[in-house]
Amino acid sequence: MAMIAVWLKVDEERVVQALQEAEAKLDSVEGEVALDFSSVRRIDASALRALEGFAGMADDKGVKVVLRGVNVGVYKVLKLVKLTSRFSFVS
Amino acid sequence: MATQEVLQERIPLPLAAESLSDERIAYLERLVSQARTAAAVFTQFTQEDVDRIVKPMVLAGLAQAQYLARLAFEETRLGVMEDKVLKNMCATEFVYNYIKDKRTVGVIREFPERNLVEVADPIGVIFSLTPITNPTSTVLFKCIMAIKTRNAVIFSPHPNAWHCCSEAVKIMYESALKQGAPEGVFSCLESHTLQDNAYLMHHKDVGLIDATGGPGAVKAAYSSGKPALGVGPGNTPVYLEKTADLSTAVVDIILSKTFDNGTICASEQTVVIDDEIYDRVLKKLAELRTHICNQQETEMLARTVIDPKTGFMQPMAVGQTATDIARLAGLVVKPDTKLLIAPIQGVGREHPLSVEKLFPVLAVYRAKSVEEALRVCVDVNHAGGLGHTAVIFSRNEEVIRKFAEVMNAGRIIVNSPGSIGALGAVYNDLVPTFSFGCGTGGGNSTTDNVNIYHYLNIKRLARRTQAHMWFRVPNQIYFNLNAVENVRQFPSHSTIIVTNPSMEQFGHVDLVRRNIPEGTHVHVTVIPDAEPEVKVVMQGVAELNFYKADQIIALGGGSVIDAAKIMKLKYESPDADLEELSAPFLDLRKRVIQYPTEKINRARLIAISTTSGTGSEVTPFAVLTDKERGRKVTLADYSLTPDVAIVDPQFVMSMPKGLTADTGIDCLTHALEAAVSNYASAYTDSNAMQAIRLAFKYLPIAYEHPRDEEARSMMHNAACIAAMAFANASVGVNHALAHAFGARFGVAHGRANALMLPHVIAYNAAVPTKFLPSPYQKGYVAHKKYATIADLLGLGGHTIEEKVTHLIAAIEQLLDQLNFPRSIADLGISKEEFERAMPDLTTLAFDDPSWRSNPRMPLLSELADLFWKAYQGRGLAKNVAEPNLVEEGGA
Repeated sequence: MAMIAVWLKVDEERVVQALQEAEAKLDSVEGEVALDFSSVRRIDASALRALEGFAGMADDKGVKVVLRGVNVGVYKVLKLVKLTSRFSFVS
Repeated sequence: MATQEVLQERIPLPLAAESLSDERIAYLERLVSQARTAAAVFTQFTQEDVDRIVKPMVLAGLAQAQYLARLAFEETRLGVMEDKVLKNMCATEFVYNYIKDKRTVGVIREFPERNLVEVADPIGVIFSLTPITNPTSTVLFKCIMAIKTRNAVIFSPHPNAWHCCSEAVKIMYESALKQGAPEGVFSCLESHTLQDNAYLMHHKDVGLIDATGGPGAVKAAYSSGKPALGVGPGNTPVYLEKTADLSTAVVDIILSKTFDNGTICASEQTVVIDDEIYDRVLKKLAELRTHICNQQETEMLARTVIDPKTGFMQPMAVGQTATDIARLAGLVVKPDTKLLIAPIQGVGREHPLSVEKLFPVLAVYRAKSVEEALRVCVDVNHAGGLGHTAVIFSRNEEVIRKFAEVMNAGRIIVNSPGSIGALGAVYNDLVPTFSFGCGTGGGNSTTDNVNIYHYLNIKRLARRTQAHMWFRVPNQIYFNLNAVENVRQFPSHSTIIVTNPSMEQFGHVDLVRRNIPEGTHVHVTVIPDAEPEVKVVMQGVAELNFYKADQIIALGGGSVIDAAKIMKLKYESPDADLEELSAPFLDLRKRVIQYPTEKINRARLIAISTTSGTGSEVTPFAVLTDKERGRKVTLADYSLTPDVAIVDPQFVMSMPKGLTADTGIDCLTHALEAAVSNYASAYTDSNAMQAIRLAFKYLPIAYEHPRDEEARSMMHNAACIAAMAFANASVGVNHALAHAFGARFGVAHGRANALMLPHVIAYNAAVPTKFLPSPYQKGYVAHKKYATIADLLGLGGHTIEEKVTHLIAAIEQLLDQLNFPRSIADLGISKEEFERAMPDLTTLAFDDPSWRSNPRMPLLSELADLFWKAYQGRGLAKNVAEPNLVEEGGA
C-alpha cells in the first residue's frame, strides 16, 4: 500500500503557487502526493494549466496525485478539460 | 450576410484538413484547447457573474460603434458607414435590452402547473463564421450572446472583413476579461483558409457551429456532422396590396432597401404591386428620389449586376450605391438617386432581376389580381429565398393571412420595412438578431431569429406528477327489496322497456310496468337472450325513434343492459360509428376517439339488473356482436353508464344454481382484480373490499339456498358494488385469459374466470418479470393488497406470503363448494386440442385490453403458462411472493 508522503492544503487564491510548492517537493516524494482542494470553490484557466503541468511531472516521477475534497463544480471543470483521469479523488 | 453565398457558391466545399501543415494544426489545436478550458471554467459562473460581465461589454460595443463601423466600411467598401453604426448599436443595445433580464444559468424557467423545470447548460466551444455584409455587428451580437450563455467562441470572419472583425472581437474580449470572464473565451482565426474552417468544424471539442454566411458555409457546417446553426440566403418578396397605406409603404420600402446599401439579406428584392395602385406607387417612388428604369435601362442593369452564367448577382455590385451601379450599367440618373426601380414581367432566369440583389436595385411587378400577386410572390420566394423573409403591406386581414399561409419564410413582416423589421425589436416584437434561421426551406435547422436560447442546452427537470383519478358511477342507485318502485319517480311520455323473453315469462316485465307512472306510453322491445347483435340494436333504435322515447328501461342481465346502452347511444347520436368508437386505447383520458357529445334526442336509461354478476347497471362498458364482420365490438365510455341503477333482489330470486355460481364468481373476480389494479384508488378499494367480503359470505348461501332473501340481496348488492370498483379501476389479466378461453371453447364467462382465478392471484403476488408502467401507484403492492383481503376475510397467516397462500386456498375451497370444474381438463378438453389452441389463446389474451390495468405486465409465455396451470387445475397455484418483494414497496 502506497504511503502518503506529502500532504498539501490548497487555497483558492493560491492554487498555482501551491502547485509550484508541491512540484518542488516531488523529487523527495515516494508513492503519493495528496492535495487538499476542500477550500477551492472555483478554479481558473491558470490553475488548470498548473494542475495539468503538475500531473505531467508527477507522472514522470511515478508519483500518484490524490485530490481531496474537490467540489462537484470544480470536478466538472476537470472532467470537461479531460483531466480527471490524471488524478485520484477522495472525499 | 448573403454576399458570401455569391462568393462561395463557386468555391468548392472545404478541402480535407489533411493538407494542413503540422504547424497550422498545432495553432488550431491551441485555439481549441484555450477555448475548451475557458468554457470549462465558465461552467462555474453564476447568473450574477455573467450579467456583471455582459453589461460593460455592451457599453464597450456602443462606445466603439462608430469606430467599428468605419473600420468595416473601409475594409469591405460595402454599404453605408452611418448605417453600419446603427447596426452595431442594434447588435449591442437592442440585444441587451432583450437578454438583460433573461435567465441563462441554472434554472431558467419553471412550470409549476406541469411539474417541469428548465435548467440551462452552456454548449462549450462554438465555432462561428461571420459575414462580410454585417461583419462587426454580427461579431458584437455573438460575443454578447456567448457571454450571456457561458460559452467560448472561436471566430472565423470573412477574409475580406478580418481586420474589423478581429478588432470587434478584441474590444469584446478585453471588456469581458476586465470583468472576470475566463481567459481565452474569445479568439479569432488569423488569416485563415477553408482548410482551417474544415478542421475546426470537424474538431471533437467544438460543440456547435454557428455559420452566418452563404450556402457554401452553411452546407459545410451541416455536413460536418456537428450540431450547427446555419442561416441561408434570402430573396424577399413584397406584396404591396391595394388597401395598404401607400405613403408609409413606399417610405418603408425605400428606407429598408437602401439601408446599408441593401446588404441585409432580409431586404426587399421584388415588390409585387396591385394593378390599381401600381402607377401611384411608382409616382411616389419617383418623387422620393428613386429612378424608375424603362425597359432598355432594366435590360442594361440586368446585364451589369447579374452574372448571366450563374444567374446570381455580381459580387462587385454588392453594397454599392445606386449611382455607382447606374454608372456601371451606363444609366444616366440624377446624382441624388438612392434606388433603382426595375419593372419586371416575371420571375426566373429569363427575368434576371428577380433574384436576390444585395444592392439598391429593386424589381417591381404589376399584378392584375390578388391571386396573381400571391403567385408571383411564391415564385420569388422559391427563387432562392425559401425560409427567409417575406413582406406584405395591406390592411386586409384575409389577404395578410393568405400571404402568411403561402409564404415559406421564417419572418413575415407586415406593414413595416423588411430588413430592419426582420432584425427584430425595432418595428415589431421579433427577437433581435443578426442571424436569420431559414428552416428546412433554406437548409437550416431553425426558422427562428437566432438568439441566446440557441446557445444553450436546455435540460428539463420532470418531476413525477400526481395523476388525476376519478370515481364515476350513476348518480342514482336504488337497492334492496322493492327498489323497483323508484321507477315511479321518473316522469316520461314514452318509455321503451328493453328485455328478453324469460323476463316476460317470470312476470318481471309486468312488475316494472306497474311501477311506471300512469299516462306514460310504454312499449316493450324483446330481444334474444344472448350477447346483442348489431342488427338487434339497430332494430331497437328504430323503435326508439318510432315511439320518440324519452326513457329506456333495460330489464335483464348484462346482455340486455349492454344492448340498451348502445341503443341509447345510437338513438341520441345517430352518426356515432360503433366500429370507430371501439378503437383500442391505453389511457381513457388520452384516447384517440372521442364519444359524441352532440345529442339529437335525449332519453333516460334506467338499468334493472336481473343477475348478480356483470354489474352492467353501473359500468361504462357494453359489448355487442357484429356477426356480419365476425367480431365483437367492445365499447367503453362513461357516457354509456346508465342514469339510474335499480338493484332489486326480487329479480334474482329465481336464478338457477349454475347461473348463481357463474355470476357470483364473476362478481368476485371483478372485485379481486379491481383491488390490485394499477388504477385502484381508495375509492375503488372500499368498494372492492366490501364486495369481496359479501361474496365470500353470501355466495355459498345463495347457491345452496336460492330462496334466501338476505343472501340474494347481499349478492345482488355485491355485484353492483364490485362493478362500481371495476368501472373505475378496470379488471386484469384474469379477464383477458377468461375472455380468450371462453370465446375459443364456448365456456361461460364466470366459469372461465373461476378456472383462472387461483393461478392469477399467485401470478400477481409474485415478483413480476415486467412491471407495468403506472403513474397511479407507488411501488408494487399487489401482494400486500391480497394479504389485506386475507385479513379482511379472517384467513389468518403471519407473513404476507402466508396470507396470500391462505387467500388462494380459500378461493379454491369456495370454487369447490360451488361445484366448479377443477381444471380445464375436467371440461373434457384434450391436452392435444388445448395445445393446438394455445397460440390463438395467448394471442387473443394478449390483445385483450383487460390486462392493461393488471399490476404485472404479462409476457406471452406467462399467459401460456397460466393457461397450462388452469388446464392442470386447482391445488397447483403456489404463492411465489419473495421475501424482498414482501418487504419492499409502499401500500
